[in-house]
Amino acid sequence: MDITGRKLFVKAMMEEGVDTIFGYPGGMVTDLFDELYKQDDIHLVLPRHEQGLIHEAEGYARATGKPGVCLVTSGPGATNIITGLADAHFDSIPLVCITGQVPLPLIGNDAFQEVDIVGMTRSITKYGVTVRDRKDLGKIIRMAFHIATTGKPGPVLVDIPKDIQLESGPSDYPKSVQIRGYKPNEGVHIGQLKKAYKLLKSAKKPLILAGGGINIARANDIFDEFVTKMQVPVVTTIMGKGAIGTSNPYYMGNCGMHGRYAANMAVSECDVLFSIGTRFNDRITGDLNEFAPKAKIVHVDVDTASISRNVVVDVPVVADARTALEKLSEWAEPKKTTAWIARIEEWNKENPLEMRRDKGLSPQMIMEGINEHFKGAIIATDVGQHQMWATQYLEMERGGTFITSGGLGTMGFGFPAAVGAKIGCPEKEVICITGDGGFQMNMQEMATAVCQDAPVIVCILNNFYLGMVRQQQQLFYGKRYSATCLRQHKECPNNCKGPGKDCPVYEPDFVKWAESYGAKGIRVTNTEEMNAAFEEAKKNKKTSTVIEFMIATEDIVLPMVKSGTAMSQMILK
Amino acid sequence: MKNRWIALYVENQVGVLAKVSGLFSGKSYNLQSLTVGTTEDESVSRMTICVTSDDITFEQIKKQLNSMVEVIKVIDLTNVPIHMKEILFAKVLHCSVEDKAEVFQIATTFKVDVADIGEDSVLLECKLTERRNNELIALLKRRFRTIEVVRGGAVAIESISTSCR
Repeated sequence: MDITGRKLFVKAMMEEGVDTIFGYPGGMVTDLFDELYKQDDIHLVLPRHEQGLIHEAEGYARATGKPGVCLVTSGPGATNIITGLADAHFDSIPLVCITGQVPLPLIGNDAFQEVDIVGMTRSITKYGVTVRDRKDLGKIIRMAFHIATTGKPGPVLVDIPKDIQLESGPSDYPKSVQIRGYKPNEGVHIGQLKKAYKLLKSAKKPLILAGGGINIARANDIFDEFVTKMQVPVVTTIMGKGAIGTSNPYYMGNCGMHGRYAANMAVSECDVLFSIGTRFNDRITGDLNEFAPKAKIVHVDVDTASISRNVVVDVPVVADARTALEKLSEWAEPKKTTAWIARIEEWNKENPLEMRRDKGLSPQMIMEGINEHFKGAIIATDVGQHQMWATQYLEMERGGTFITSGGLGTMGFGFPAAVGAKIGCPEKEVICITGDGGFQMNMQEMATAVCQDAPVIVCILNNFYLGMVRQQQQLFYGKRYSATCLRQHKECPNNCKGPGKDCPVYEPDFVKWAESYGAKGIRVTNTEEMNAAFEEAKKNKKTSTVIEFMIATEDIVLPMVKSGTAMSQMILK
Repeated sequence: MKNRWIALYVENQVGVLAKVSGLFSGKSYNLQSLTVGTTEDESVSRMTICVTSDDITFEQIKKQLNSMVEVIKVIDLTNVPIHMKEILFAKVLHCSVEDKAEVFQIATTFKVDVADIGEDSVLLECKLTERRNNELIALLKRRFRTIEVVRGGAVAIESISTSCR
């Protein structure tokens, strides 16, 4: 029996086991929403902005391992998810995004709320397609889930014109699809992996570089086993944070632009760099000519196109991190690395990660407070200085979930991602670490958190500035704080070089703001207040807690490597 | 940096050409020419692409193309025996009588057809290799003041027993 496209859409969601849809209604999707209204199996989350919506779906996907499903209308609904698509594409987050579209005969007419969303997003989706024939609808939705979740995961966009939603057609939803141009790598070339292993085995100063691929493959346990057996030191990228527990004795910290001195020195001095699931982004490598100059490089990645793209590697291995690590772990035998590890630890003693503890609350102290009070919590961050401090100082248990926008660096990501994570994992504590700038980009999502009973603990590190850019201005632009002060009013002098006693007050008042949503708002200026606030937040299970940390206005993230220079050339003070 | 050729089997669907060409512009790859048409199987199109790049970039281009869902197969034609031809129209304008005679001479030498002729202009229709077409254009430019050129881009197919590129 034939059914309408809108009915098949809901059937498809059920068959895919979708339990949550992040959806914002509009003219070209009202039929799909109407169909969702008639059922009880799929929970529909209504955010307050489509950008918040897609970041929530990303947070949900990262926290649960399931694809995030977005449903938005045509035109502005669709264009508002573009940033999230790019973010998910960069960080390999599986999303299936359904956009409404004007009826087929109107496409190209500049109809009301018509945009060519598939065309606009071609370079930031794994796959995107407009359904042009009702009989293809089922197959295309199945393809979307298959493509989003296999190989290197990513966002898939399915654009469904209104007439397709209404048209009757086949009721079948396929169990599987064959796509002749899409064959994700499933196995691993054993010979190549053995070659990689032998190289690691023969190294005198071996180092493992762990990227986000390990977290995505959920290979944390097996990775830990491999490292512990092999006794090889590990450094992580930002997306790789949590790949291995931070308390593991072989863990040497993050490398890269704001990584640990010792971790970057280890990369610069190692003789074999065994990397798994990383793209060798410029924030990790710095000057490519100076990156791991003494090392033979192994690169394990599920994406062929990531291999030998930025860094030419000696032994490429195309494989999913888990598949490769399962084999590697079988072979692993202990190596003598005591002297090498001692050397790395020496570097760490020379230049440890440390912030001042004298004048009031420092970001490091806040991160330590979070470590102490919220073990095992899911942590989502926004983008900026607080994000770097979080990657530097947060402790993560093995498999702990750290959700951050690594590739695109999307301000406004953190808070909705945390809300989405909480919706996906209501039993877990979810912390959002954010800055006063990024938080304001999507703070309307507090309404979503409230309405969805998804309380999160928001830690706003408020320094009155867009701190990461201001840090650049502070160090490299003669303190010309162009448009980075969030207290700046029209009357302020144009040539302001820092805060003074005549500065305007900060808006908004985050405490009052939180209270207006029925959330708890707490302002914190010292450690006693911080500990009390954390205790209070723990107790407050019903609503979100917003803790505003008043931190020093001009603290900078150290160490740092200036963009484009060698990783061994760190600015330490 | 040198010229390289790729044959690409893709799904014959809306947007695939835009996706493939978008890859080249988006990632700053140097696209020389791209031709496309359906194959014996109507659901499949075949593109012949010419790019100028170094070895590393070319490897990356092939990988990027391969990773597209709509791309069925990527064949590197750079170092394999192929037959490759390009359609080209060249119109020589404002010709004197002597000019016309010379155009005819050139046509005979290059073994191309004279497709059309008028009072003071001649249209050449060429089906040559890209290199031969380049030489022809260079010659026409040197000899005549005004010429008009339309090139179709190369199409190529793998050889059976002989080759010509």
